[in-house]
Amino acid sequence: MELYKQTATSLAVMLRSKEVSATEIAQSTLARIKQVEPAINAFVAITEEQALAQAAVVDKQLAQNQPLGALAGIPIAVKDNICTDGIKTTCASRMLEDFVPFYNATAVEKIQAAGAVMHGKLNMDEFAMGSSCESSFFGPTKNPWNTAHIPGGSSGGSAAAVAASQVPLALGSDTGGSIRMPAALCGVVGLKPTYGAVSRYGLIAFASSLDQIGPVARTVDDAALLFSAICGPDKTRDATSKNFAFDGKVEASVKDLTIGLPKEYFGPGIQPEVKLAVEKAVEELRQQGANIKEISLPSTSYALSAYYIISSAEASSNLARFDGLKYGYTANRAGLDLTELIETTRSEGFGHEVQRRILLGTHVLSSGYYDAYYKRAKLLQLQIAAEFKAAFESCDLIITPTSPSTAAKLGEFASDPLEMYAADICTVTVNIAGLPAISVPCGQSANGLPIGMQIIGPKFSEQTLLNTAKCYETAVGGFAVAEVQA
Amino acid sequence: MNENFEIVIGLEVHAELNTESKIFCSCKNEFGAEPNTRCCPVCAGMPGTLPVLNQQVVESAIKMGHALHCEINNVTKSDRKNYFYPDLPKAYQISQFDVPLCGKGYLDILVNGEVRRIGVTRIHIEEDAGKLIHDDQSGGTLADYNRCGVPLIEIVSEPDLRSADEAKAYMESIAEILLYLGISEAKMEQGNMRADVNVSVRPRGQAEYGTRAEMKNVNSFSAVHRAVLYEANRQIEILSKGGTVEQETRRWDDVKGKSTLMRTKEDAQDYRYFPDPDLLTFVIPAEKVEELKVAVPELPLAKTQRYMQEFGLSEYDATLLAGQKQRATFFDAAAAYNLCEPKAIANWLLGDILKVLNDNKQELEDTALTPKNLAEMIELIEKGTVSGTAGKKVLDTILEKDIAPAEVVKQKGLAQISDTSALTAVVDTVLAKNPKAVEDYKGGKTNVLAFIIGQCMKESRGQGNPAILKEMVEKALQKL
Repeated sequence: MELYKQTATSLAVMLRSKEVSATEIAQSTLARIKQVEPAINAFVAITEEQALAQAAVVDKQLAQNQPLGALAGIPIAVKDNICTDGIKTTCASRMLEDFVPFYNATAVEKIQAAGAVMHGKLNMDEFAMGSSCESSFFGPTKNPWNTAHIPGGSSGGSAAAVAASQVPLALGSDTGGSIRMPAALCGVVGLKPTYGAVSRYGLIAFASSLDQIGPVARTVDDAALLFSAICGPDKTRDATSKNFAFDGKVEASVKDLTIGLPKEYFGPGIQPEVKLAVEKAVEELRQQGANIKEISLPSTSYALSAYYIISSAEASSNLARFDGLKYGYTANRAGLDLTELIETTRSEGFGHEVQRRILLGTHVLSSGYYDAYYKRAKLLQLQIAAEFKAAFESCDLIITPTSPSTAAKLGEFASDPLEMYAADICTVTVNIAGLPAISVPCGQSANGLPIGMQIIGPKFSEQTLLNTAKCYETAVGGFAVAEVQA
Repeated sequence: MNENFEIVIGLEVHAELNTESKIFCSCKNEFGAEPNTRCCPVCAGMPGTLPVLNQQVVESAIKMGHALHCEINNVTKSDRKNYFYPDLPKAYQISQFDVPLCGKGYLDILVNGEVRRIGVTRIHIEEDAGKLIHDDQSGGTLADYNRCGVPLIEIVSEPDLRSADEAKAYMESIAEILLYLGISEAKMEQGNMRADVNVSVRPRGQAEYGTRAEMKNVNSFSAVHRAVLYEANRQIEILSKGGTVEQETRRWDDVKGKSTLMRTKEDAQDYRYFPDPDLLTFVIPAEKVEELKVAVPELPLAKTQRYMQEFGLSEYDATLLAGQKQRATFFDAAAAYNLCEPKAIANWLLGDILKVLNDNKQELEDTALTPKNLAEMIELIEKGTVSGTAGKKVLDTILEKDIAPAEVVKQKGLAQISDTSALTAVVDTVLAKNPKAVEDYKGGKTNVLAFIIGQCMKESRGQGNPAILKEMVEKALQKL
């Protein structure tokens, strides 16, 4: 039996019945990671030593019949913008190539307390800025379904590692679609929780008002399991965290639910195959008992502009601390004064996409431009949030495609960043409005690339989202798993 | 100073608050520790860390707002002020931009017997930056992040101050109030309080303000005074020669007694303020704001005026008493016993007691003196139980231990003797010992009387009642 193929939920059962040991799970997982890693490049670092040591601790607890945490013995890997004590946390950037935090993110503390076994750090777009996972300083991650294609981004490593069965669970982060989009493109489940549901402490900020950590898994139950372990308030460390609890139990049901389909998300920008697949999935939910209605979210077309202004503005400030003076990359000091040293460090340490967004963000916050850009974007944010709120008066959930198209070929976005920005069209509104949303696989294109459906709910409706996702998963008999050509 | 010009001054006073912990993390808020031993990932601005606002900071700032009669805004909104400098590890300072915690208010100050009302524009909260230290060994610069995240309030005045004296008095008054509220150590020499001084001059009678220059790094009360005078003279000199004053930021060098140019208006930084997304705006309940208002004690100027009106103290004495919280509290407590004249308490506090404290470099709280003991001691003098001279002996004892003055009088036998039969021997002895003085008196030099009475006091070991002794001596001399 190949343990790496198991879901987290079934591994938990097998471990408790002592059918397998945590060490056996870790060994099988590590072997799988190494086997497919040359083809996928999902990992920035593989933490073998730590995995085996943590597995041994779980086995000891098991032998002594001590109570086990919810994630005991389950392999997990973490996106490389989430701080891990003693393990390099690079944001896939030259700037932080050698940065080793001496503190854990709250989410990492929580999965460790739940007994999860850490297997490594996952690749991403540099500083989570991108939708293709190609801007990583460590090279692009490939899509496990077809390695000539991108996995999506920015949590491309998280989605690819889970899709390639390297790990059953991964943590990602989502600022404008960075969990959901790669989950859709890699045919896995990705949940972007309500803003404030998971502590952001230790997540290296891209856009603080939009960032949220969330789970990536191959099944809805697994995503729910991981989400239940990481959510909850963290008032002493994150002022934006909220009182929220979720017990991880999911019921496959859409009974009495009304699902809205916003017409703006099914327009000409959406690939016909994607549109068809999502409509077919909605039909499946209708058959399971959901009511379906068409709705309208008229400000959707402005969302991308608002998103890129707000996120870049915050990023320009958040990333200003990387100056080469305290930690991280430092340019050769010879002959440079302080200002030149900071400028050279930042020019050499950040990649093009990051620099582009820092410049954009600096511009929109500049005196004389603030009102025209940042202030108007914040007004649009209110408008978009208000439209969602109004929509949820008449429906319980909203369904859209997660990504307007299936995974692009590697390098396809290289010449035109705007084309890549457009790929976020279906996901950014959710972050702007602070809502939760889940992406679940809903079929494949003719050339065998996964398609994702996004289910959006009101704030803190994760339970309903997961119930609906599971209802669909059950109805279609589970999601397909990629066979990686190693 | 050229009398044809009027000086216009506005101050931005930064005061470090003395909260337990820093403004956005749980690090101890402590001065003087070894470099980089009072910081954590949060105040050191490490990647991924987040600020959480210390409620004590908000409360302290609102107290100051009440003390300066400010409008309280009832919401905390935080903004980022972005700039690169090695003492600022996040490369932005969390401050307040468009919505300060406290809005318009005023401070009345007493200058040369006149009350002047100085407008306060705003009070906002922000975090302090670290310190850069020159390293002699390497020749480089080192950063100490202990001060990063120390809570500050910035009190911005209107350009209502008109002289160096007023500027200094305003600063001193702010310091006194901070101490009265117990929210800052207000020690300029430790950098608890710093001021940016904005100075402009204009021909007397002109309504518009002149172009101002801002001076940074003004770090003592007397430096405020010196900096204002220097800058006003510099500007007057320029104007007198027909030149124009440039709007600029200057650095005050108190050792050299002059300021140097830091940057001109053209080089002004764009701080790109925007709301800090890590700190949500929240409303402070109106009850809380009211509760903090009630907690504001009677402040120095009000006390000074009360001491003058109620107790007939001079402005000088009243200011001296009210200016220091411990002293004023002590005075108020002693007066509240209603045992003696409050004015006598003031005289003792500002006379003999202040002298002892100054001689021993002590503060009142370093001694054993209690308000009750002092009031009782003065009561004994006023009732004639002890003489003033004996009172001083009682004071020496009650400064050292908490013992009832009446008990001291008893133990040391200091009670004043008013019984003539007991004093007859004293008078006889003194007159017998001082034939020359007696001779002089008889010869018409009646002013030796004081000397003879003094000798009698000495002979009676300070216990003789001076008034009675005077009577007896006069009688005895007439008889001779």
